[in-house]
Amino acid sequence: MNIDWEWIGTHFDDMWTATAEHLALTVLAVGVGLVVAMALSLVALRWRPAYAPITWFTGILYTIPSLALFTFFIPFFGLSLITAEIALVSYTLLILIRNIVAGIEGVPDAVVESARGMGMTERNLFLGVQLPLALPVIIAGIRIATVSTIGLVTVTALIGQGGYGVFILRGIRRQFFTETLTGTLLSVALAVVADLLLVAAERRATPWARRREAV
Amino acid sequence: MIEFFGEVSAWLSDPANWSGRDGLPNRLWEHVSVAGVSLMIAGIIALPTGVALGHRGQGGILAVSAVNIGRAVPSFGIVGIAFPITLSLGLRPLGYAATLVALVALALPPMFVNAYTGVRQTDAALVEAARGMGMTERQVLTAVELPLALPVLMAGIRTAAVEVVATATLGAVVGFGGLGRFIIDGFAQRRFEEVFVGGAAVALLAIATETTLGWVQRHSDRSHTARKDRATGPPAGDDVVETVPVG
Repeated sequence: MNIDWEWIGTHFDDMWTATAEHLALTVLAVGVGLVVAMALSLVALRWRPAYAPITWFTGILYTIPSLALFTFFIPFFGLSLITAEIALVSYTLLILIRNIVAGIEGVPDAVVESARGMGMTERNLFLGVQLPLALPVIIAGIRIATVSTIGLVTVTALIGQGGYGVFILRGIRRQFFTETLTGTLLSVALAVVADLLLVAAERRATPWARRREAV
Repeated sequence: MIEFFGEVSAWLSDPANWSGRDGLPNRLWEHVSVAGVSLMIAGIIALPTGVALGHRGQGGILAVSAVNIGRAVPSFGIVGIAFPITLSLGLRPLGYAATLVALVALALPPMFVNAYTGVRQTDAALVEAARGMGMTERQVLTAVELPLALPVLMAGIRTAAVEVVATATLGAVVGFGGLGRFIIDGFAQRRFEEVFVGGAAVALLAIATETTLGWVQRHSDRSHTARKDRATGPPAGDDVVETVPVG
């Protein structure tokens, strides 16, 4: 189980390529997931009875193991990017919807009432008051979704997609420990960096929270 | 598409797929047994440790890092790393042992974290009252803290069980049997009806695990309010218990 440093030294190009692929698969999944989750959350916020069935269904999607979920879409889309992305997007929904709804509902009634009292339209109220105030909770959800998606993307190597999973899979097939370990550690590193970037984004997006902290 | 599901039903009606080593029943048994054994091993290690540290209020940092690391390390990577470790330890049979090692590693964090958090979160006033009544530390733990922590602890077991059932599928990549065998072999030989059957079986097993343990978890809550909730049915959306703090 020795580490082959020479292999690592000569494969930086491959690692960059894999990082770009891994990042692309992740950003696409979380991005599309966020759009879908926002739409479903708006439905649930408008019409409360929809919330339970929506979380029930996305909860089932969340429970299905990734490899199994891939297999359901293979008959339709083959071993393709679409198959991988449908499954990856499905996994982000439960976490995102739960946090979007909890975040919006957590905005104090008094704030909403005064915004209405100032004559804000429902649209302005949502975009200008509720959404910004819910941002910390929503971003907390995005962080969890992003970190878990980065881990799940490794499995897409099994259905012919790129990213760090290729290193893991090749390392197993060739019994070459260095490659498997490299793939795993790169995935952990990407998850940590992405998480830190999202924390920084949250601080920038909610300057009022920072000011309160400083006092 | 109709043709494809015709192939699926042909696969399902072929008696050869229902018997022997490569049959669905045997693969299901392999899957369930490796998951069960790994959960037991992880439980024996993680639950007493979590409960003890939670009781003493030590190891909070360990719990927080377990949550974060558990989330960031890809389970596929854990399987991949468990493989050479098992190989160098000379454990046999290789595929089974490697899968078992990976699943134990995967089940430890959620079990530990929830055992720790469950005991730690017990209402301090209740613990004080119990001590004031003259209960020994052991009695405080077994008669007050543990019963109150049980639902959270069960949630940890449930999370671990669902993860383990899911990841046991990846064991097929390192030569283990289980339901993942159908998926991996089906890929290799482009028999997608077999892939589909394997995927459906894994999905159903995961959902069954989640549903069963979710039921056990709800019924492990013996507090008065919980009992009342059960009588009228749980509040909407309450069946999805947050096992890791959101944010």
